[in-house]
Amino acid sequence: MAGPGMVDLTLRIRRFNPDVRPDPWWEEHTIEAEPNDRLLDALHRVKWYQDGTLSLRRSCAHGICGSDAMLINGRNALACKVLVKDVAPRVTVEPIRGLPVLKDLIVDMEPFFAGYRSILPFLVNESDPGDRERRQSPEERARFDDTTKCILCAACTTSCPIFWGDGEYVGPAAIVNAHRFVFDSRDQAGKERLAILAEKSGVFRCRTTFNCTEACPRGIKVTQAIQEVKRAVLFNRA
Amino acid sequence: MADRQTRRRDEGYGRLYRGSREGQWSWVLHRVTGVVVILFLFAHVLDTAVVGWGPAAYDRVVSIYKNPVVQFLEWILVAAVLYHAFNGVRIMIVDFWPRAARRHRELSYGTIGVFVAVMIWVSIVMLPRVFR
Repeated sequence: MAGPGMVDLTLRIRRFNPDVRPDPWWEEHTIEAEPNDRLLDALHRVKWYQDGTLSLRRSCAHGICGSDAMLINGRNALACKVLVKDVAPRVTVEPIRGLPVLKDLIVDMEPFFAGYRSILPFLVNESDPGDRERRQSPEERARFDDTTKCILCAACTTSCPIFWGDGEYVGPAAIVNAHRFVFDSRDQAGKERLAILAEKSGVFRCRTTFNCTEACPRGIKVTQAIQEVKRAVLFNRA
Repeated sequence: MADRQTRRRDEGYGRLYRGSREGQWSWVLHRVTGVVVILFLFAHVLDTAVVGWGPAAYDRVVSIYKNPVVQFLEWILVAAVLYHAFNGVRIMIVDFWPRAARRHRELSYGTIGVFVAVMIWVSIVMLPRVFR
């Protein structure tokens, strides 16, 4: 039994290590944790005190680097933003879906970043502003504020059934980051981005399941941003 | 110390993704009903093609629709067509009405409400014939 103020948490973790076995397997660990500990702390406890071979990715551990997106109880979330008290006494942890699993909870993010790179995720403006800034009104800035919050954790993209089934689809995160520049009044490559997203691999793969919106740990209205880009492609009003 | 040894168990798959209750499941139903309708269309092309062998042959094939089991399948077909149609309209609203993304839950439940209402009427018309 757990000590005073502590709770028992059983973690059911989907493991994979091609050097040990060709197929994934499940492992269960029971640990003691404080209710306000994060699931990431629980995973650390497993890794540090029970099984050092457990592999996972995390960097800042405070919900901003986007390294520890996982499939937690069947939903994508950041392990550092889920509290033990919200999942105890039992939690299932799997790697995010739709990307090749390298080991345990670590996936190959390269296909995800390839989609991100394809939409030119940087400001394009060939004009010379002189010795001044590129001015923008608060209204112009507000137009794309929501999509500036993306941390590229891939929780949205790997919650998308279309992305699981279709390796070509650039995925929600790439479109969110396209939105961030397409609706930026200072940017000049809007037409180019919309042309890229009008292709077969682009925005019209989206079937508006809204899984991405519910998965985003930053609360970005992902589906709404995708729909705005769809309409921009259709009516060419970037 | 509550820390316990690990237990190993083999199991094939991960659990079902618990995505958006309204969005993900209306999408799944849209696909399922789409397949149901297209399968009927294949059968329908074949049964109308039989008219090429003359009215007698056609009448004989089409009489299958008087069978109660087939009439029950017809009821399922109407349900599939109606769901697919109403949900298709909902998807178009979500695509073209800028504020729909914030209201997608209400739109989904509204779609189901319209579907159920029409299906009650459809059932009153169709089901008594099945169970006669």
